[in-house]
Amino acid sequence: MSATVSGFWPRLFALLLLSMTAAANLARADLSVEVIGGGSNRYPVAIVPLQGESLLPEAITATVKSDLAMTGAFSLLEAGAGDALAAPAQLNAAAWQQRGARAVVYGKLVSLGGGRVRLTFWVDTVSPREQKLSAEFDLAPEQLRDMAHRMADMVYEALLGEKSLFSSRIAYITQSGKEYRLQIADMDGRRAQTVLRSRQPIMSPAWSPDGTRLAYVSFEQQKPVIYVQDLVSGQRRVLANFRGSNSAPVWSPDGRRLAVVLTTSGNSQVYLINADGGGVQRFSYSDAIDTEPAFSPDGRQIVFVSDRSGSPQLYVQALDGGRNARRVTFEGNYNVSPTFSPDGRQIAYVRREGGRFKVMLLDLASGDNRLISNSAFDESPSFAPNGKMVLYASEEGGRSVLYAAATAYPGRVRLGTLGGQVQDPAWGPFNP
Amino acid sequence: MKKSPFIAVIAAALLAACASNQAPVAGNAPAATAPSAPSVATVDVTGSEPALQGGRVSAAQLAAAVKAAPDQRSAQALLNGHSVYFDFDQSVVKDDQRGVVEGNAAFLNRFSSKVLVQGNTDARGSREYNLALGQRRAESVKQSLEVLGVKPAQIEAVSFGKEKPRAEGDSEAAHAENRRADFAYPQ
Repeated sequence: MSATVSGFWPRLFALLLLSMTAAANLARADLSVEVIGGGSNRYPVAIVPLQGESLLPEAITATVKSDLAMTGAFSLLEAGAGDALAAPAQLNAAAWQQRGARAVVYGKLVSLGGGRVRLTFWVDTVSPREQKLSAEFDLAPEQLRDMAHRMADMVYEALLGEKSLFSSRIAYITQSGKEYRLQIADMDGRRAQTVLRSRQPIMSPAWSPDGTRLAYVSFEQQKPVIYVQDLVSGQRRVLANFRGSNSAPVWSPDGRRLAVVLTTSGNSQVYLINADGGGVQRFSYSDAIDTEPAFSPDGRQIVFVSDRSGSPQLYVQALDGGRNARRVTFEGNYNVSPTFSPDGRQIAYVRREGGRFKVMLLDLASGDNRLISNSAFDESPSFAPNGKMVLYASEEGGRSVLYAAATAYPGRVRLGTLGGQVQDPAWGPFNP
Repeated sequence: MKKSPFIAVIAAALLAACASNQAPVAGNAPAATAPSAPSVATVDVTGSEPALQGGRVSAAQLAAAVKAAPDQRSAQALLNGHSVYFDFDQSVVKDDQRGVVEGNAAFLNRFSSKVLVQGNTDARGSREYNLALGQRRAESVKQSLEVLGVKPAQIEAVSFGKEKPRAEGDSEAAHAENRRADFAYPQ
């Protein structure tokens, strides 16, 4: 593992400023993170508070710790301000090994004036002592949270040798009284921003693969109509408003078209439509309900729900393979809401069993099904872009909440709300 | 929309630059800067919707009353608050619900109006699968109307799924109230 990441150094480059012109309407309804459980084989790491962190209006270390903790992949050792280190030469590797650490993350902040700071940090393993990472960034105050997620990504990748997930965002719907909002937030639920506000329901948000647009279903025209909206400009247009209902949009991996559900045949069927709204083409053929399509990551297959057998089950159909759909669920009489893992090997979905709705993972090669959620009403699973966690909506005490479950560890994280209902979560791609 | 490819390109360049393998920091090199996630614009489409009013004529007498009504406005008022109810997981229009369908068919045949048939489900299960179940109920009502002589072009069957429950809560009575199809006429 160490060999693959020891050469990971951030490249230095000149400061590029992106001017943000869009009028952002910030909703202060942040979600809070609570970690529940965790794996027994977690990586013990000490995140030492950055020297000089009191300079900052917002601590970086706390966000790095909560990011790493929520994956379930790490156990975080106690480290206080007295442990702060300003240079690799100050690291007492033997002492940290005694305290149970396999790696130590440490660094410093130096003021550059005008509110700007220089962050320098290192990641060292203690036995054998090896520097995995050294990095330096110049930061304006508004970049601190992005930097914290970025630092967590770099630590995650340096220690685990796999792609991280903290620089990604989630979309979800909130309902408060008669007001519905489509919002996006950082993957930890912080910094929520409202994308659409409506007095009519909104559902099924779907990220474009480049993370710049959302497709969603809105009922503002007294029927379900699919829209596509650019996140930065707020510009939106109708993607599909055919006679009947238009729903369940999902983007192909190349972003050139979407799978949607239309009812022009008199029943709900899966169609393909170009991202500009043209080129509508029927994909599924049954006289039953076919809905909730999702593309495989290679774009060559679609999994969808059909009750053609008498109960809703999952089917996989190739895009170039005629009309043959292969049934992939055989246990239970209610299997819905499928989505492929980023590596294409698994499908997360929801099964109803004994009146409970559970998030399951289907391994396509073995056909094994594994439970990953544990409440009574879990729905709408979506994978993190690195496949290591699954986000889903749940219900507690009559209120809806979001959870993220690790796929390789028993850990789970609750993204609690401050009020109203939160539903239909969708984990976005890696931030550009 | 025009702005996004530009931002995506710059951001991709930032990411690519960050991820490549390079020599460690030299003392006087310019330091790297973390990109900020772009803020987003909010679209507001909040508006109002007409409320349903309670029905005054029983379902069984609805068709006769619609035929006898003096004008379209008063005939339409008779239909307000009448819905077609369904059994759990079913989309068949039951015999005891036929009066409501016949009343709406009488109206559509007499005034050649258009109608939106809106299918609904109870709150259990997947939102999208429920949307499809509600659609099946709306289509079932649409077919019943067509059997009674209403032209297909007059009827659009749509679904609200479980998104607009009339009754809140998890009681069986609330579920039963939400398993229904409504008729929405142009105002």
